[in-house]
Amino acid sequence: MATPTLDKADTAGAPEPGFADSPYITVTFRIRRFNPEISEEATWEDFQLEIDPKERVLDGLHKIKWEVDGSLTFRRSCAHGICGSDAMRINGKNRLACKTLIKDINPSKPITIEAIKGLTVQKDLVVDMEPFFQAYRDVMPFLITKGNEPTRERLQSPEDRERFDDTTKCILCAACTSSCPVFWNDGQYFGPAAIVNAHRFIFDSRDEAGEQRLEILNDKDGVWRCRTTFNCTDACPRGIEVTKAIQEVKRALITRRF
Amino acid sequence: MKIHKYDTVIVGAGGAGMRAAIESTKRSRTAVLTKLYPTRSHTGAAQGGMAAALANVEEDNWEWHTFDTIKGGDYLVDQDAAEILAKEAIDAVLDLEKMGLPFGRTPAGEIDQRRFGGHSRNHGEAPVRRACYSGDRTGHMILQTLYQNCIKEGVEFFNEFYVLDQLLVEEDGVKKSAGVVAYELATGEIHVFQSKSVIYASGGTGKFFKVTSNAHTLTGDGQAACYRRGLPLEDMEFFQFHPTGIWRMGILLTEGARGEGGILRNKDGERFMEKYAPVMKDLASRDVVSRSIYTEIREGRGCGPEGDHVYLDLTHLPPEQLDAKLPDITEFARTYLGIEPYTDPIPIQPTAHYAMGGIPTNVQGEVLSDNTTVVPGLYAAGEVACVSVHGANRLGTNSLLDINVFGKRAGIAAAEYAHTADYIELPENPAAQVQAQVENLLSATGTERVAVIRKELQETMDANVMVFRTEQTIKTAVEKIGELRERYRNVSVQDKGKRFNTDLLEAIELGNLLDLAEVMAVSALARKESRGGHYREDYPNRDDVNFMRHTMAYREVADGGKDSIRLDYKPVVQTRYQPMERKY
Ligand code: SF4
Ligand code: FES
Repeated sequence: MATPTLDKADTAGAPEPGFADSPYITVTFRIRRFNPEISEEATWEDFQLEIDPKERVLDGLHKIKWEVDGSLTFRRSCAHGICGSDAMRINGKNRLACKTLIKDINPSKPITIEAIKGLTVQKDLVVDMEPFFQAYRDVMPFLITKGNEPTRERLQSPEDRERFDDTTKCILCAACTSSCPVFWNDGQYFGPAAIVNAHRFIFDSRDEAGEQRLEILNDKDGVWRCRTTFNCTDACPRGIEVTKAIQEVKRALITRRF
Repeated sequence: MKIHKYDTVIVGAGGAGMRAAIESTKRSRTAVLTKLYPTRSHTGAAQGGMAAALANVEEDNWEWHTFDTIKGGDYLVDQDAAEILAKEAIDAVLDLEKMGLPFGRTPAGEIDQRRFGGHSRNHGEAPVRRACYSGDRTGHMILQTLYQNCIKEGVEFFNEFYVLDQLLVEEDGVKKSAGVVAYELATGEIHVFQSKSVIYASGGTGKFFKVTSNAHTLTGDGQAACYRRGLPLEDMEFFQFHPTGIWRMGILLTEGARGEGGILRNKDGERFMEKYAPVMKDLASRDVVSRSIYTEIREGRGCGPEGDHVYLDLTHLPPEQLDAKLPDITEFARTYLGIEPYTDPIPIQPTAHYAMGGIPTNVQGEVLSDNTTVVPGLYAAGEVACVSVHGANRLGTNSLLDINVFGKRAGIAAAEYAHTADYIELPENPAAQVQAQVENLLSATGTERVAVIRKELQETMDANVMVFRTEQTIKTAVEKIGELRERYRNVSVQDKGKRFNTDLLEAIELGNLLDLAEVMAVSALARKESRGGHYREDYPNRDDVNFMRHTMAYREVADGGKDSIRLDYKPVVQTRYQPMERKY
């Protein structure tokens, strides 16, 4: 006998005929399509699909790509919220398609899906991530220390380690930055994700370049542009308290204590 | 077509690729070609920890770690490589800490350590705390830390470049690496990278299974590129099924959950691992636990209306401990199953997790073209490679270790080789094969769909070559894969454009999966014994007389163009550990 298989685990399949209480429902995905190879205009396109509402929005997108229209284009990899590939605007809110279950976003109405805002759309749901990563690189996101390296590990108390735990969770998905009205209006603003990652080092007791990083964020495109709208905190799929981290950086700039 | 010239080209930007890049960029002009943005790699999905005998919290030493690795691999491990792995583990962890990795800490401020499956004190006496961790996102922190240090070192990345071909040139009867050919996702342009060395660090092949912890993008691209050019693949029949995947979805729930005290239970609430592994219990090695779970299910003690899963029970652990040590996996249970792990057990089943086999290398990361011959200029590290430190079954926490130890070694070796070597002249029309492959797929009008063939492949793999195998089931798989490879020739894509054509790339990836699935099944059919992750019900015992040897699979092409697989074998390197019966 072979390994028991689990036919019910079928994620892409159609409803089984004759299933009285089929878990499948009919949903409309209303997707913002854009392909400059075909047209300079972006358009909305509706797709109807039969799907188990406990599945992810990403499963629905795959179903369309694999069964209906192979040209539908989006990024994805891990499918469980840890690689940061598939941030998109779903019903007007930034979310990861792989962490959003269809049942949780009112499938009785058409579900709108479009690329995240503030970054140039390249095709369908794919945006140019380069400006986002440039802002990240600009805050010097790596540990900087002075003097000779110790032979063993640097010591750090559990309390000091806890101090920056929240901001180490960032997966660089850009959901926060691309939900920020300041960033939409002015792409020069570093944006919340870069500040979150600066925070991760400023409040790491081992790091010795806090002052430098604070100066970078003191810039006219830095942390003072934040207007505390909390969009970023709401958008973060990792549950990072983004606005709080930005506030802590602002306070550190005033008190020079961190 | 564009031609680029670098000393060293690295294929893949996961843990192994970026660890190599940090070393090789310091020493040589290096390009990293990656089909994903660097922080998207599946290294980030690793959760529980990275093993190293730091002895921060209790007595430990690297010799015990070596022994556990060899025993965990059911004695198919090359013992010289395992010794390097365990010995260099300590520096690998300290390197990462110095690069900034935020490890969990002991009250004294040192790196904290936790228990993990198969890691023991003094050759199997009792579980030992050897895994260094950062919550349950150790892989995420390794990936972030390595990327951060790549930025610091100014590593040059070519993001969303898919390497589709390995250029090998024969000089004086020796195959040498001349570079690689890549496809740029954004534009559809084909690039040739001429380089003195190439390092493959492109990860695993798990997507040929249906229930898997692997990302959609783990399609064995590096293995396939080398294999198609006549290089062997080693021990491909050995695949690890991680015991605790989320039921039906396969999403990984770390072994660290059991390291923290979690217990596996059947439908009667029984802690069944006590029967199968009296000493290590829930922390026996992964192959043992996965088989035990399926034995419970087959004997009717599975949970749920279909009796097709068991429970991972964390309810006896204090919520504060779950929040502090296992925040991500408890959230996965909430998000994807709607289950509260404080109060309810989590339904799990084994999930296809890790390829022990891959491109054969020696301990410097140099790729082999047969049992002993090195391919000058060609290197591999991490899951794509087979050194072999994992043998027939990898121990938990040894993969994060593998990518760091052998990524670093390959990065140094490749860069140093580049200093001594000259460029190899490119073959005429170096991009011809890739151009033909892309053009054929774009102009094809066949009726077969990629998604349909892939689904059938995944179903046959799950049904026939998973935790339990027999001659019958493997033969079924071989036949089915042959049929699917035939049908694949008739596949067409809908997107005919140049811009971000992921439709085309999924078709190419499927071609890789089909070739590698066939190698796996054919290798498994010939191995008439049970060892580690390869369990044959018709040959339930390990057979050291006939099968204490590595499988080497070669692609042979007949004159008409028809290909077949030739199997050969390679001896296992044994130093001081004699094979013993494996008990936990
Ligand atoms: S802070 Fe949150 S939303 Fe912003 S990039 Fe990081 S993970 Fe994404
Ligand atoms: S696919 Fe990785 S975060 Fe969604």
